[in-house]
Amino acid sequence: MTIGWYLAVSAIVFALGALGVMTRRNPLVVLLCLELMLNGANLALVAFSRMWGNGDGQIMALVVMTVAACEVCIGLGMIVAIYRRKLPIDVDELRDLQG
Amino acid sequence: MSALLFFIAAIGVISGAVGVVVLRNPFYAVLALVGHLVSLAVLFLLLRAEFVAAVQVVVYAGAVMVLYVFVVAYVGGEGETIGERLHGGVKSSGSALRLGGAVLGGALLVELLIALLGTGLEAVDGYGAGYAPGPRTYGTPAYIGKLLLTRFLLAFEVASFLLLIAAVGAVVLARRRGGLGEEDSERDRLTPMDLLKPRATGTMAEGVGKRLG
Repeated sequence: MTIGWYLAVSAIVFALGALGVMTRRNPLVVLLCLELMLNGANLALVAFSRMWGNGDGQIMALVVMTVAACEVCIGLGMIVAIYRRKLPIDVDELRDLQG
Repeated sequence: MSALLFFIAAIGVISGAVGVVVLRNPFYAVLALVGHLVSLAVLFLLLRAEFVAAVQVVVYAGAVMVLYVFVVAYVGGEGETIGERLHGGVKSSGSALRLGGAVLGGALLVELLIALLGTGLEAVDGYGAGYAPGPRTYGTPAYIGKLLLTRFLLAFEVASFLLLIAAVGAVVLARRRGGLGEEDSERDRLTPMDLLKPRATGTMAEGVGKRLG
């Protein structure tokens, strides 16, 4: 398959992730959808890396995976902290920081 | 053969992503994401990124998803939200926002497809650069490791430091705060009038008629 097909799949995955971030209200699912967006970007990076035949894009994809792992770590820690304080686990109701 | 594999994996990737967005139970959403990640690893293999595919399956679909499953099991993943139950399912603006989100997501998809496929890069329609199989060729662990420890050493070190910071941050965020709740309720009960009362009011010493201070 040509590189364009992979790029199309990555665009679809990214858009689906963005849709999920915008519409879902459970922070756990919002985190999952963020993972989807990062994965779409990863697929594009690896596809471009294949296109040029050097490994820079793959290194970038590995760094993105590291950042995603950190994001999951912090996000899940925050969700556990929210749960411990018996606050609603809902991004619509957690708006105390809204000005 | 590779085209067939591509379409099977792409269908898995996209249906997994749709499952994450659509399924109401977060537990099933996590399982859909696992399917998505494994299919994505197949796509990486088709793109000759062997090491990235292995990391994707082992670290992502293995470790990170186990973390998700633990947290979903701990927090309780039933239904869309817990707030929905508290408010009796009041969703006045929910459907309008959902429609707006769908429109924005579709617009983003069209824009991305125009940007990616309408580009002037002719190589997008090609099959990529030449590839010769071998033990140290493009995409193998030896190749990636050499790049990570030479050209991208700084990125490698920064990423490891970032992991350390995230681990410490997660421990600080999610730690058990010893007795904070009780202290708070104690402070709520204390009023200014309590300060005017003699010391030892309500203690055993007062009960036996002993005067203190």
